[in-house]
Amino acid sequence: MAEALLTLQDILVQYGEAPVLEVPSMAVHAGEVLAVIGPNGAGKSTLLRVMGLLEQPIRGRVTFQGQEVTRDNALTLRRRMASVFQEPLLLNASVYENATLGLKLRGLDRQAARQRVHPWLERLGIAHLAERSARSLSGGEAQRTSLVRALALNPDLLLLDEPFSALDPPTREGLLLDLETVLQETKITTVFVTHERSEASILGDSVAVLIGGGFRQVGPSVEVLTQPVSEEVARFVGVETKLSGVVETATAGLARVRFNGGEVEVVGDFRPGERVLLCLRPEDITLSPREMKGLRSSARNRLAGTVVKVTPWGPHFRVVVDCDGSCLVALITRPSFTDLGLAETTPVVASFKATAVHVIRLR
Amino acid sequence: MELILEGVFTAFRLVFSGDADVWAITWLSLTVSGTATLIALILGIPLGILLALTRFPGRAIVVALVNTGMGLPPVVVGLFISILLWRSGPLGFLNLIYTPAAMVIAQVVIAFPIVAGLTMAAFQTLNPRLRLQLLGIGASRPQLLWLLCREAQLPLLAAIMAGFGGVISEVGSVLMVGGNIKGQTRVLTTATVLETSMGNFGTAIALGVILLTLAFGVNFILTRIQQREQIRWPRPS
Amino acid sequence: MPGPTLRALVLAASTLVLAMPLGTRAAEPANRIIVLATGHTLRDSGLLDVLIPVFEKKTGYIVRPIAIGTGQALAMGKRGDADILLTHDPEAEIPLVMEGYFINRRQFMHNDFVIVGPAQDPAKVARTKSAAAALRQIAEAKVTFVSRGDDSGTHKREQALWKAAGLSPTRIWYIEAGQGMGATLGIASQKQAYTLTDRATFLNLQKTLGLQILLEGDPVLLNLYSVMEVNPAKHPKANHAGARAFSDFLISDETRGLIRDFGKERFGQPLYLLDPVR
Repeated sequence: MAEALLTLQDILVQYGEAPVLEVPSMAVHAGEVLAVIGPNGAGKSTLLRVMGLLEQPIRGRVTFQGQEVTRDNALTLRRRMASVFQEPLLLNASVYENATLGLKLRGLDRQAARQRVHPWLERLGIAHLAERSARSLSGGEAQRTSLVRALALNPDLLLLDEPFSALDPPTREGLLLDLETVLQETKITTVFVTHERSEASILGDSVAVLIGGGFRQVGPSVEVLTQPVSEEVARFVGVETKLSGVVETATAGLARVRFNGGEVEVVGDFRPGERVLLCLRPEDITLSPREMKGLRSSARNRLAGTVVKVTPWGPHFRVVVDCDGSCLVALITRPSFTDLGLAETTPVVASFKATAVHVIRLR
Repeated sequence: MELILEGVFTAFRLVFSGDADVWAITWLSLTVSGTATLIALILGIPLGILLALTRFPGRAIVVALVNTGMGLPPVVVGLFISILLWRSGPLGFLNLIYTPAAMVIAQVVIAFPIVAGLTMAAFQTLNPRLRLQLLGIGASRPQLLWLLCREAQLPLLAAIMAGFGGVISEVGSVLMVGGNIKGQTRVLTTATVLETSMGNFGTAIALGVILLTLAFGVNFILTRIQQREQIRWPRPS
Repeated sequence: MPGPTLRALVLAASTLVLAMPLGTRAAEPANRIIVLATGHTLRDSGLLDVLIPVFEKKTGYIVRPIAIGTGQALAMGKRGDADILLTHDPEAEIPLVMEGYFINRRQFMHNDFVIVGPAQDPAKVARTKSAAAALRQIAEAKVTFVSRGDDSGTHKREQALWKAAGLSPTRIWYIEAGQGMGATLGIASQKQAYTLTDRATFLNLQKTLGLQILLEGDPVLLNLYSVMEVNPAKHPKANHAGARAFSDFLISDETRGLIRDFGKERFGQPLYLLDPVR
């Protein structure tokens, strides 16, 4: 396990009477890319500001590279980090002058600054814009400049606050991939905030879910996104089907759970009588027409139901199916949708693998 | 109309013949208003920045005072300061009445709210998140202040020119606290009033022309500096 | 420090501040400064510009002449904000001397007021022989009369004259300018109206005005100038030594010579006539 680069202990940030962020303990490890996700108002930006030594909490300690942050060393330590925000926030100057700002603030002379910045401008594809005024840039170009400004500093910690949310999808994707390459090559410790789960899974090694000012789950991205520990987290990471039920029978590694609309087989060690919440991601549910007999599929769970609502969902369709009172949400590709001829009130069968079900034990 | 033309010619004649009185008056105008503007900048710009970027209890009252101060009639300022500085007044022991120092004080009172108010407006045009971003890229507080001033330089320069313009052309306060004494506290504006009251319209217009030329000259220099100024980065501090 | 141009500006600004004659006058020891309060007309005639430099050179004092109008000058003297007064309103001066605000009042010179008006003279002022008669005719004809309206010596004399004639002018044809003599004459000229003015100012501006002297010589139009010192008993901080020096200077033979010659070149007649000082 890599050592902790930054730790937060007993942090509390309060505006007036309301606590905005409360972190008993948290660590960011060297070389890690941590994605912080959560709903609006969860305190993600506040978290980033506290980490970036830009905001002082009412109580608590921040430690960076083994040193506790105090008034005296705050500037020095802050200068080993770099922040990028949602808006590029460039100065009224050329791209080159903006990109070298951080280096100039630290006293680098023109020559040295040029040598550091130029490769980064190339790498992020904006070298040809070096002499252009920052005011004339597109959103994507401006954000690339902001990134160069931060990366040229070779920071020990990179903090990004929703850096792509103000960009249109194609620009966002391009930047996302470029950034992913950069982070993989340079191994800069990064904490970035986003409310796009896809960004979190693409960029992040670990994911932390922040809801209502506190961390609800921290772990490797795949784990957090497919195995939320609570209903709250589940809702946020995109698990749309949640069925509450009771374990009926359990054998080694397998269990049958009875819920409102039927019975489901799941994987895991359970005891009969346990109350659980079954979570399914929409991508894991397949729909087929009810009349089809003899359909072979590896899915052990098959529930009969009726289509209640169909919503276009980007390139797919989101279909809500009512199975005897329980709601299942499935994501169907367009071709499948046309093939199946689904519409409201169509009878269907929803199937999913036992391994796809994530079970949350309820109290 | 001939009066105005006569005035312009008189202006040239007075200036280029090296008329000692006119040069003395012009120089005093420049130094009194220049000094007053400088002091107003030193006091007003920091206050303007403070009001724009920070929140503190009572801020609303200070902002209201500054905005009211921007519209202070110079003659009222002159009256109040005279009363303070008169020998019979509380600050009479300073012996400042009817001296250029008193004129500077009065003009600082006039220019300071103008500079503070317009500086505040200038900094309020900046993106409020810019401050955080600059800190996040490693700026120290002095560096941050310098960068923000650079970003706001256009409206900031307007604040400076407004402050100077407001005092170089005022007559109400310098007349009261200075006394328009020949050779001691007579400036372009008070001399113009004097010449007008004596009916010497030609000379009065001449002095007016000189005043306008002076104001234009200063503003021209300030504008040129702003346009030609290359970006100079602050050294680490 | 950024920018050579900015550096130059800062340098220029600092030079400006240092060049300010701030310290020179204010730092003078208080007893070298004499604050002289006087009326507009005396300043406007230019007599003080002749006399004061002579006095300063002779004695080393520095005189600060504040020309604010007789009414204000008297108020200033009462407050102790002036050291010496040069005013021309005996009716106001004498009671104040009685009350002890001023001492050593010396009435030392005079000139006279005249009534001027348009050449056509619609009120037929030129036919009258006294100021009272002239004003009566102006009132009857209801032609415009411009007053100083500023509590100056001239204004107070004018008000006394109306009172002596038993008249109180009504607003319609009586205008109060609220300004100095030059500006008031300007208004009268533009409106082709009548006004009371001291002879000196009128002679000075005559060529720019479309007015003529229509009444002069009435003894009530005599304008008596006095100098008086602020009483050190009431205001110990006043520069009494300096005030006394200036007062003595005004009645000295050399000064009387200067006053006698003043104006002779420009107007062919002296602007001020000397009076013997008891």
